[in-house]
Amino acid sequence: MSIQSCVTIINEWDIVAARQLGRNVAKELGFGTVDQARITTAISELARNIYLYAGKGQICIDKLYEGGKPGVRINAIDNGPGISDIRQVMEDGYSTSGGLGAGLPGVKRLMDQFVIESNPEEGTQITATKWLR
Amino acid sequence: MRIPILKLYNCLLVSIQWELDDQTALQFQEDLLQKIHETNASGVVIDLTSIDFIDSFIAKVLGDVIDMSNLMGAKVVITGIQPAVAITLIELGIGLNNVLTAIDLEKGLEKLQQELGE
Repeated sequence: MSIQSCVTIINEWDIVAARQLGRNVAKELGFGTVDQARITTAISELARNIYLYAGKGQICIDKLYEGGKPGVRINAIDNGPGISDIRQVMEDGYSTSGGLGAGLPGVKRLMDQFVIESNPEEGTQITATKWLR
Repeated sequence: MRIPILKLYNCLLVSIQWELDDQTALQFQEDLLQKIHETNASGVVIDLTSIDFIDSFIAKVLGDVIDMSNLMGAKVVITGIQPAVAITLIELGIGLNNVLTAIDLEKGLEKLQQELGE
């Protein structure tokens, strides 16, 4: 079962909208303040990546229930140029923007599950999930 | 909305009370440097007690404004970082090394006076 809502990311205000949506969903599901901050920060980083590198995309937030355990899933989707070397962007300290926008390894550490798919034809899709402990 | 910057003797006090968007953060950077210039302030305390998350962009703007203030001759102390903010910043890989910090505004002002040798 999942309930989804999405924010289209075109400008920097949409980044604020996406993380507010994420924070509200995390609160509703009963996440504590630390996990709320983790989820909000992860969304902010993923939304900023879309804004900086793809120009346009979507952040979708799902409420998940797996075996009675709630979780929140962030889907960051864009049709941008894609990432040519995924292994490289997953290395700490790698940046093409001089430190603006996220380290994806940081987002991975903030969340429980992290999946990235990317190619030049279709763009990038990142799925990151946090489960309520 | 602009973030108010208050002058207290030779210091400037800033309390960030709401979630920062990009524009507000960048405007704050300019406003703080301008205010240091106008008042000849030798120290700044930026209080983050009300802030419940900091992403890499806000961290970069904060880190930059601290370096810029240092260039102008003003020391900056950051105060009131919440547990959730400390945890997420470190997990994200942002240490904010070489930044002066204190647990609250009171300790921050004390630290600033020590740093300024007064």
